[in-house]
Amino acid sequence: MKYILMMNASKAHWDAYATWSKDDLDANVAFMRAFSKELKEQGVFVATEGLGWPQQAKIVRAGKDGEPVTDGIFPESKEFLAGYWIIDVESPEQAYRIAARASAAPGPGGTHGSMPIEVRQVLSGFADLGI
Amino acid sequence: MKYILLMAGTQAGVKTYRAWSKNDIDSHMAVLRRINKELTDSGEFVITEGLAGPDQARVVRGLKDGLPVTDGIFPESKEFLLGYWIVDVKTPERAYEIAAQICVAPGPDGRPTNMPIEVRQIMSRPATS
Amino acid sequence: MTEPPTDVPIEHLLRELTPQVLGIVARRFRDFAAAEDAVQESLLAAATQWPCDGLPENPRAWLTQVAFRRMADYIRSESARHRRENEAALEAVRAPHPATVDASPQEDDTLVLLFMCCHPALTPASAIALTLRAVGGLTTAEIAHAFLVPEATMAQRISRAKQSIKDSGTPFQMPTPEDRAHRLRAVLHVLYLIFNEGYTTSAGPALRRADLSAEAMRLARILRQLQPDDTEVAGLLALMLLTDARRLARTSAVGELIPLAQQDRSLWDRQQIVEGVALLSATLPKGSVGPYQLQAAISAVHDEAGRADNTDWPQILALYDLLKRMSDNPMVMLNHAIAAAMVNGPAKGLDLLDSVAADPRLADHHRLDAVRAHLFELAGDRTAAIKHFRSAAGKTGSLPERNYLLAQAARLSSDPRPIHNHE
Repeated sequence: MKYILMMNASKAHWDAYATWSKDDLDANVAFMRAFSKELKEQGVFVATEGLGWPQQAKIVRAGKDGEPVTDGIFPESKEFLAGYWIIDVESPEQAYRIAARASAAPGPGGTHGSMPIEVRQVLSGFADLGI
Repeated sequence: MKYILLMAGTQAGVKTYRAWSKNDIDSHMAVLRRINKELTDSGEFVITEGLAGPDQARVVRGLKDGLPVTDGIFPESKEFLLGYWIVDVKTPERAYEIAAQICVAPGPDGRPTNMPIEVRQIMSRPATS
Repeated sequence: MTEPPTDVPIEHLLRELTPQVLGIVARRFRDFAAAEDAVQESLLAAATQWPCDGLPENPRAWLTQVAFRRMADYIRSESARHRRENEAALEAVRAPHPATVDASPQEDDTLVLLFMCCHPALTPASAIALTLRAVGGLTTAEIAHAFLVPEATMAQRISRAKQSIKDSGTPFQMPTPEDRAHRLRAVLHVLYLIFNEGYTTSAGPALRRADLSAEAMRLARILRQLQPDDTEVAGLLALMLLTDARRLARTSAVGELIPLAQQDRSLWDRQQIVEGVALLSATLPKGSVGPYQLQAAISAVHDEAGRADNTDWPQILALYDLLKRMSDNPMVMLNHAIAAAMVNGPAKGLDLLDSVAADPRLADHHRLDAVRAHLFELAGDRTAAIKHFRSAAGKTGSLPERNYLLAQAARLSSDPRPIHNHE
């Protein structure tokens, strides 16, 4: 079963991230790399991506003639997807255990975060027989 | 350049979608399939995924007594991710164009759904082991 | 450069030879994990060289020889580190040329391989992957593609599976008679899972998921040859034949799911149904009836009905009554409730569902909602049916299922007949 593990962060959080010390940033990046490596070693890794800063985010709607109308304004409270992992595991419980490890990513000042990780099942294109 | 096109919804929105007529669902799917095929033919398609309903979503915050601390999440009004496309395109404008096509996919009575699509650049990673 | 000869026959040949060669090498060197690696390398060499050089005179001996050489290299490098422990292994390396050794596959080898790959210590996904590679002869890339994971992940999964087997200390030999029944059940379960995974709703390139069903049937046939007297082995093969017979009718051209009652039965594979029924008829009288035989029998009753409303539901209900007693599977309970509804009325089915719903394995399971919805529809309670179809749609992890469930809700919503208030 495939699950997506998402890191969401408000703009305020992103702005704070930009003020982290180099050591803290390095520690965070190192954690993320090690975590992906661990997922690969376990044979559960499917994908991971990091997303660009919300400053560059655009909301797109279609104008009257179908042309894209873009807008960079978002509500203050909006949470932006910072990145995700997709894993292939045997059960939701296994997905939550893995997410719990991801949420231990180190934060500013060397704190150990309990960064919230949203876990959702990725829909498959297949249906089982129900026998 | 890789871009991710994010489609979000709310509980209310999903409830409405679940009440669409079969014709409306079929028309909508047909347009999305056509877009995917065109993107595949042009070599811009990377992947698309749909996510299961928010009823099953969990937020995990660390461990307590060795067990993940989970929370079912979505208050009625909160937005959550429904699904996404990843496209590999030459310019951000092309990514916006593709997003706009998804926006105008028809909904009830053939009117465009006009779901706003958030477009974000995907950070390229250095080759790692 | 001239067009290489079509590699489809080579591919098939290699897949057929994989378990044979692996059996020989594993039996010879008593190290399943290393043997599997060695055989993988020999297969790679063959896939590269045979299209250019042509098929060797004795393909199996060719593969065996290459694998033996790899094993020898591996043992030498290992023994450089652990000289004394590997004296025996070194002896094997000094043994006469493989061609003069009894390097013929033993019938038992493939069976032993199946037992190893389906070892109960492995997770289902690991057992599936290892079985497909070591016995099915599929490449890691093919398996990865079928399960939509990166090749490196699938390779790692298989590697870890082999390590688990190594750690368990399981020798490359038949399980003890006490263990046999349990281990065989594990094999049947894995083959069943592979078959189930093969139910695809869309065609695609390379190894389509539909091919996984065909692969599962191929492996089940091999198992049947190895265990011709086992009734559950026959039962599983019959179940696969009778279920797979409906594959063309199960999905529409655009990949929508079509339930049994609405399928175009002219698309069913009659030949496969005949084969499945014949197999079942030959097996049931032997007397040790188990869950796979019963599932197959239920499938046979469906397949033998020319039209949906000719289905012998009392017979199906009787079979589910039996199956319930030997299987703990909550899906069986759900299907039993449907059969009961068809025979004794939807109210009876709904009552049964209420007791089944207490099973914690069904909490939040979309199928419970889906079956409820179906029975409410039969009972004429459209409102409840729509509600449960939509609820099920929100719980399923399958896109085709979700679309199907929403379509049912949509169908009922747009039904112009007035809704009689049942509340």
